[in-house]
Amino acid sequence: MNSIEQLSGQQPQLAALRPFAGANAATPYLADPVQKRERKLLGSIEEAIERTGLQDGMTISFHHHFREGDLVINRVVDTLARMGFKNLTLASSSLLSCNAPLIEHIKNGVITQIYTSGMRGKLADAISHGLMEKPVQIHSHGGRVHLLQSGEIKIDVAFLGVPCCDVFGNANGSHGKSRCGSLGYAKVDAQFARQVVLLTDEIVGFPNVPVSISQDRVDYIVKVDEVGDPSRISVGAARVTSNPRELMIARFAADVIEHSGYFKTGFSLQTGSGAASTAATRFLEDRMVRQGITASYALGGITGSIVDLHKKGLIETLVDTQSFDNVAAQSLAESPRHLEVSTNEYANPSSKGTYCDLVDVVILSALEIDTDFNVNVITGSDGVMRGASGGHCDVATAANLTIVVAPLIRSRIPTVVRHVTTVVTPGESIDVLVTDHGIAVNPGRPEVAERLRAAGLPVMSIEALYQRAVGLTGEPQAIEFTERIVGVIRYRDGSVIDVVRQVRE
Amino acid sequence: MKIIKEAIAGTLESSDLLVKVAPSHDDTLEIILSSEVIKQFGQQIRRVVDETLQRLGVTAGSIIIEDKGALDCAIRARVQTAVLRGAACTDLNWEHLS
Repeated sequence: MNSIEQLSGQQPQLAALRPFAGANAATPYLADPVQKRERKLLGSIEEAIERTGLQDGMTISFHHHFREGDLVINRVVDTLARMGFKNLTLASSSLLSCNAPLIEHIKNGVITQIYTSGMRGKLADAISHGLMEKPVQIHSHGGRVHLLQSGEIKIDVAFLGVPCCDVFGNANGSHGKSRCGSLGYAKVDAQFARQVVLLTDEIVGFPNVPVSISQDRVDYIVKVDEVGDPSRISVGAARVTSNPRELMIARFAADVIEHSGYFKTGFSLQTGSGAASTAATRFLEDRMVRQGITASYALGGITGSIVDLHKKGLIETLVDTQSFDNVAAQSLAESPRHLEVSTNEYANPSSKGTYCDLVDVVILSALEIDTDFNVNVITGSDGVMRGASGGHCDVATAANLTIVVAPLIRSRIPTVVRHVTTVVTPGESIDVLVTDHGIAVNPGRPEVAERLRAAGLPVMSIEALYQRAVGLTGEPQAIEFTERIVGVIRYRDGSVIDVVRQVRE
Repeated sequence: MKIIKEAIAGTLESSDLLVKVAPSHDDTLEIILSSEVIKQFGQQIRRVVDETLQRLGVTAGSIIIEDKGALDCAIRARVQTAVLRGAACTDLNWEHLS
């Protein structure tokens, strides 16, 4: 009788223990000098897909750090389509105009369900007009991690494009020829996915430092020609403006911050995507210098103009989930106080601690805002989806002062409306609306209204702004929708805050 | 006012519109309107165009409008200008243009 049998005779609960079978029984690759080092490196995306054991009906995921310059999502889904996969769930942190080729793969049944923060362009248009049987699930950046934690989204295979990694998969986005900066969205996929495939255009010496995605999360690595074009990150929503009207709104927003009562040394801020929002940073600088005020941290999508304030010592720490331009990416590589954080650390309501919880001031954009301050960042006034939830509702509810910036009208479309087409962020989270025609303060924040009035800012009721808007444009005819639901808007806690219906043709 | 030659006014910039007018072959008035905001404001734009043409006394011609979300005042001004050019009008009746 060997010792295992003896052991299980005495302790039946230990019967499953196995006898020793050699030093490398569980790690055969250690006996092979090539395998030992290169066992994760595969020759093609096809091979990686085969090795993961991906099957029809499973869930694949991606990140959108390259935004309009992404070269991974379409390529991998093309490959899956060629290999004959069907009925997959696509859980990308977001989708953009560049993802229009997915329309074909939805039509032919490769993708049958989508989770995303947003959609733009032809893909969004097609889905709004009823392309998919199952409605698209729109989540916030924090809400996505909540859905992963709760198990509603179970990622079988994450395909993550990274600008550089070593042979074991230690990856970062702050180096490499396709440098995109923070990998804040991707870190979450690496953590939650059952299997992780890295696609990279640069394999560097081991160990690669810094480690944004660690080797212990990575199954396979495929070298490709290009993972993304970083010059297309700051295209569209993340662009820099020279439009005088947007600059004027940005200046008003800086005035609001200055006189809000939160403009004190040690304050923290976030500027969302959208031209006026990112431009507001420029106008904060001289106010900070003049009054000798510095900020403790800036959160969010980090832009070159935020980095500029950091370099000048006006913002002590940058907390970065998404670098919006190459200046931000370079700063992440160089500044010890430029911190890369995951969306779980950024904004997940069921995380044990998020940076958005302690934000003092946030500036956000809006496609529409109604007289109850509810905000729509998803659907255009024609009822068609064309935006992203992003971190909007996450930071809006957490911040001490939530400012929405928007032009009063966009061409003939009023931004201030009686009822938003789609609610993404509830009015109770919004404190101040800044437009080019005046500033409205949520009646729930009378002390803020008082301070802004005392500073001589043009404060008026949101009803007055609404009347002014429709006075200019005329009362728009209501858009007709069918009963069919094509999109579900999930609040950050996973609850359903609204739905999007198909537009009547 | 009679449109006697082809003429245009306006641009295709956002918040503007391009108006093209031409003489009618069969003495009818034909208005073709396309707009980025046709769903929300199609009826209102059509009303402004009709009223403007009526005030100018235009009863025949081809009027093609490409609207990029212009406000009523801009629509009125562009239509008037295109018609005045098409009618080779040099003697303006300002009261009809208000």
